[in-house]
Amino acid sequence: MRTITYAAAINEALAEEMERDGQVFLIGEDIGESGGVFGVTRGLHARFGDERVLDTPISEEGLTGAAVGASLLGGRAVVEIMFSDFSMLAMDMIVNQAAKTHYMTGGRLSAPVTIRLVTGTAGATAAQHSQSLEAWFVHAPGLKCVAPSTPADAKALLKTAIRDQDPVCFFEHKQLYNAKGEVPDEVEPLPLGVGRIAREGTDVTLVSYLKTLQESLGAAETLADEGVSVEVFDPRTLVPFDRDGLRASLEKTGRLVIAHEAPQRGGFGAEVAAFAAGECWDLLRGPVVRVCGTNTPMPYAPELEGFVIPDAERIARGVRSLVGAGVA
Amino acid sequence: MKGDDGVSDTDLAPERLLRLYRDMLLIRRFEERAAELRMAGLIPGFLHPYIGQEAVAVGVCAALGPGAALTSTHRGHGHMLARGASPARMYAELYGRRDGYNRAKGGSLHMIDTELGFLGANGIVGGGIPLATGAGLQLKRTGVEDVAVSFFGDGATNEGAFHESLNLASLWKLPVLYVCENNLYGEFTRQDRHQVVKDVATRAAAYEIPGVIADGNDVLDVRRVARDAVARAVAGDGPTLIEAKTYRHRGHYEGDMGRYRPPDEVAEWLARDPIITFGARLVGEHGVSQKALDGTATEIERTLDEAAAFAEASPHPDPEEALEDVYTETHEGMALR
Repeated sequence: MRTITYAAAINEALAEEMERDGQVFLIGEDIGESGGVFGVTRGLHARFGDERVLDTPISEEGLTGAAVGASLLGGRAVVEIMFSDFSMLAMDMIVNQAAKTHYMTGGRLSAPVTIRLVTGTAGATAAQHSQSLEAWFVHAPGLKCVAPSTPADAKALLKTAIRDQDPVCFFEHKQLYNAKGEVPDEVEPLPLGVGRIAREGTDVTLVSYLKTLQESLGAAETLADEGVSVEVFDPRTLVPFDRDGLRASLEKTGRLVIAHEAPQRGGFGAEVAAFAAGECWDLLRGPVVRVCGTNTPMPYAPELEGFVIPDAERIARGVRSLVGAGVA
Repeated sequence: MKGDDGVSDTDLAPERLLRLYRDMLLIRRFEERAAELRMAGLIPGFLHPYIGQEAVAVGVCAALGPGAALTSTHRGHGHMLARGASPARMYAELYGRRDGYNRAKGGSLHMIDTELGFLGANGIVGGGIPLATGAGLQLKRTGVEDVAVSFFGDGATNEGAFHESLNLASLWKLPVLYVCENNLYGEFTRQDRHQVVKDVATRAAAYEIPGVIADGNDVLDVRRVARDAVARAVAGDGPTLIEAKTYRHRGHYEGDMGRYRPPDEVAEWLARDPIITFGARLVGEHGVSQKALDGTATEIERTLDEAAAFAEASPHPDPEEALEDVYTETHEGMALR
């Protein structure tokens, strides 16, 4: 077992998949010799060359469309969207084309493309370089959505995404790139739709992913000192979502808090809350609480940004509001 | 007519010329009869008839080999038929029946035949252009000596997708034919009210690729231009922008009367009907008999009678089939309803 960063884990997954399958290639802006704005593809151009690591003009629709088109003929493109905010320039290719190809052709064709969306704030990156847009893609039938929170999961799930025959949106949080974690020497792909218990607990289930998962673990630590036992559930993939895993956790706790960086309104937490209210009602002992980004664009100044994004303290407050007095 | 036989225009045998005529007439009659079937309530959705533009699809497809990949538009029936698709399965799709090309999931705007390399009509103006560019990229990456073809209209050349794709294809010398069917209207809007350029082909200059104008009502001229572009692409010299000047005889979609078009303009283009003029040339210059043309027409009516009967007899989908095909693999927890 080694300890490597989330960025290195993604880099390894890309390299290993390219080694495994000659059809896998990378396409994106500045991903070649420069190795990407966040260095995730560093060294891959030197190793695999121009034919496999394609630097493109700043043309999000064009490059994403080229990836999707190549996938229709058997290519396995992995697109890097340098900042997920820029995916809006490629939305036609992702949502109107790739997501619907299999369906609208009656299953005769599919677009097995992987789209890496660099997500969340990197700190003072403001309104057009910080968004967490996963809910938009979750809402588009035909896309699978993956949101890994640890280096090991990032490596395993990126392999899964690349091998998947459907288009997959793969969300990577900028502030996780330097986060370290243990990664086995040999990593096998993980199945989609299998969440994990990131921390066991008995009083409250706290669902979270990406950078917010770290904050949630911090909140759980604080709350443990107060006598509140929090179970942190990391779904790992948003579509498919591990409903059975969440239900099993709620059977233990009977309480649900959801935390994510994206704005609360219409966020992925709303979907989780609706699932719990609709299908786990008998298990719930109180209202579902969401601790999410405010319903604002992302501001620039650190104190403003800190207000908008839920941190461990705010998540802990959310949990306390639910357990109230005397749960412990 | 799935492949180019390598024969130049002047040497085309009468049978081959008659085949081009037949393919154009098949498209014309397929579309006219589809309009009637829609009026009769048998086809539920949109139709954007290709009537008037037949020489473009047939001329381009006559220049292609069997391994070409094609993307099309909302006005895609002509491209698909020119590529050799089954009228019966196309009607079945338009009817919304199980035996349709897309098993009733797509309809006119999304029809596909992967065996013919036909990657689909497209409901988004310009949507097929980046996809064809990617198909060209894949052909080049895998060392396949063939081409991708993207059909689109004058209206699509104002989309970013067009410009981004031409830039990419030019930069990477991709084997792509960008075929603009300039029918003078982007939906309801005349070309001079949606772009300043008169010749879309001039836009090629911005990407330092050839921009070639073809008479889009002359199937042989289109074929000639397309063959040159294929040769260039296969030689590794990159893409070509072809502008085929043509005209849509009907409105933007079936039901649009096209009243925004001046009657003298319509009359002028109707007089240059690509099928009638080509038929006259075949009889006058190539020794094809009127009887042969008439026989072709009769055969087409029979084909389309059978195609409509096939569609009519094809089963309706079970409503629950709406839940199928969202993903190639449906996982645990993938709630589809």
